[in-house]
Amino acid sequence: MSEHIVPVRVYLAIFAALMLGTAITIWAGLQDFPGPLNVIIALTIAVIKATLVVLYFMHVRYSSRLIWVIFASALFWMGILFALTLSDYWTRSWFSL
Amino acid sequence: MPVRRKESRNKLAESYTIGHENEEHGHPALQHHFENMEQQREASTLGMWVFLVTEIMFFGGMFLAYTLYRSKYPEAFASASNHLDLKLGAINTVVLILSSFTMAMAVYSTQIGKRRNQIISLVLTLLLGITFLGIKAVEYHQKYVDHLIPGRLIPLRPFDASGVHLLPGAAKQNVEMFYWIYFAMTGMHAVHMIIGIGLISVILFLSWRGRYGPEYHNPVEVSGLYWHFVDIVWIFLFPLLYLLGRHLEH
Repeated sequence: MSEHIVPVRVYLAIFAALMLGTAITIWAGLQDFPGPLNVIIALTIAVIKATLVVLYFMHVRYSSRLIWVIFASALFWMGILFALTLSDYWTRSWFSL
Repeated sequence: MPVRRKESRNKLAESYTIGHENEEHGHPALQHHFENMEQQREASTLGMWVFLVTEIMFFGGMFLAYTLYRSKYPEAFASASNHLDLKLGAINTVVLILSSFTMAMAVYSTQIGKRRNQIISLVLTLLLGITFLGIKAVEYHQKYVDHLIPGRLIPLRPFDASGVHLLPGAAKQNVEMFYWIYFAMTGMHAVHMIIGIGLISVILFLSWRGRYGPEYHNPVEVSGLYWHFVDIVWIFLFPLLYLLGRHLEH
């Protein structure tokens, strides 16, 4: 597998998208959205920005399947870390123990 | 085939002492335990990714602590967050994303063999990284002035939340937890920035000596991976630390 050289215009487009994402994050942070919408918007934009960095700046889009698996394993284990811990803490108030 | 085995062992011993330089297709930077440059590049990229997985888990633990305490004391966290300097945080976000872009350009310039652009990009990345830390230092100093360094970390200057404007429902004693998490997370992030700046300084020095080019650039590439990872951590830290309660302040 030979290496893929990402053209400059792709890097520029990703950079512009990241800047736009930052601007939207700040704007959305100052608006009063109903309920938990503020944090949902903030995290959605952050995840999109991180995905762009991983796929293009870190070349994962053009990398071998092995790199994909390694990266996915990190997300998987972080999912376990959050799911098990929060399922404990966030359900404690359900019972009067 | 005992005879051939002995032969190949001799060859291995030879290549171990003199490297690949005298072999037909070997690049001087090719380590003896790799078949070719492509395999060496794949292996180092994979190694960096495995390391980054451990880093994701490391920061993941802190993000989990943040999630727990924020859900426990939402008003106190929002009040404490509103005291942070949003303008400096936003400038730092732009600085770091820009540095990620210049780092990507450094890798690109190395891949296509533009040595001048490679060095310029690395210098810019380095300067932007130092700028980030400088702005961070200004922010930390503001917290020091406002008595917001948590606990008794600073002698004779214990934490005091009196300067923080409390939103309705916020308890003063819970404000400190936000600052513990803020300093732990941004502090660890800053440590990673310092390590990254050290890495890029070495890469810059070796680039200046003409070490890297289209055939051999995995050190530039994996340093870039590390730098982008540190950028990603900040992409999450910025909205979670600086922007969580602004909409409640009127």
